[in-house]
Amino acid sequence: MAEELTIADRSFGSRLIMGTGGATNLAVLERALVASGTELTTVAMRRVDAGGGTGVLGLLARLGIAVLPNTAGCRGAAEAVLTAQLAREALGTSWVKLEVVADERTLLPDVVELVDAAEQLVDDGFTVLPYTTDDPVVARRLEDVGCAAVMPLGSPIGTGLGIGNPHNLEMIVAAAGVPVILDAGIGTASDATLAMELGCDAVLLATAVTRASDPERMARAMRSAVSAGFDARRAGRIPQRFWAQASSPDRDER
Amino acid sequence: MRVLLNGSPHEVEEGTTAAQLVVLAGAPPTGVAVALDGAVLPRTRWSTVVSDGATVEVLTAVQGG
Repeated sequence: MAEELTIADRSFGSRLIMGTGGATNLAVLERALVASGTELTTVAMRRVDAGGGTGVLGLLARLGIAVLPNTAGCRGAAEAVLTAQLAREALGTSWVKLEVVADERTLLPDVVELVDAAEQLVDDGFTVLPYTTDDPVVARRLEDVGCAAVMPLGSPIGTGLGIGNPHNLEMIVAAAGVPVILDAGIGTASDATLAMELGCDAVLLATAVTRASDPERMARAMRSAVSAGFDARRAGRIPQRFWAQASSPDRDER
Repeated sequence: MRVLLNGSPHEVEEGTTAAQLVVLAGAPPTGVAVALDGAVLPRTRWSTVVSDGATVEVLTAVQGG
């Protein structure tokens, strides 16, 4: 793992990717984004008369943060592909966080539609970052069709339940030839650290920061947490032992 | 004639262009994309005259994800 995060042809100093949803206003969002140190942040595409936080593009531009449009709310491949194409037209980026969810109750990825949409978008020249389940086989399929990263969930969107199946994540990491980004389910800083310790290349989160009582402080915590987990992974942790092992020399015989 | 603009029916004059519908929708000057009958209409083709019964979506980026 290099110090920098490289996805497709771009490198980022920060391994924390932020979302903008859930912030009560742009001033709160701005302080949180700055504190997070993020260099890449998601936005959603919606009808212009739907309200819901206009001005976010101007904010990201002013902060020098690259924009990553998502296809949130799309329920099938066709809808997700059109939304990605509209985002490319509106924002001038061919990067997309691909989301195809199965239902509103779980917001879990519909992996059949997801792989289909990913393949179509890769063929259309997109850099595709798919939000997926923690299934190692699906992650491999997504990489096979040409995705630039895979973004497995820790637990369902917005639940803050952390990483439900660490072993699955480790299997994804062990097999992946593209960056693995933990996306969704982060509740607090230790969850983000664990993701990095398990070998993820980055963490994507929104709710854990934007709906925290103090978003700016939680953003700072997440920045430290991702950095700590990254260093711990690179440092090579000690093996776990059953019995104690003294860390001081034996006491002198007298 | 009648078009469906962002899900709402609108009575507009014959010869109305996509660009005029973008203004009608209240879009900001940048960061906007248009879908005409389910396909992207690039900004370079916003002078296209829409037909009766057309479905037009005008989208922009908002907080999300």
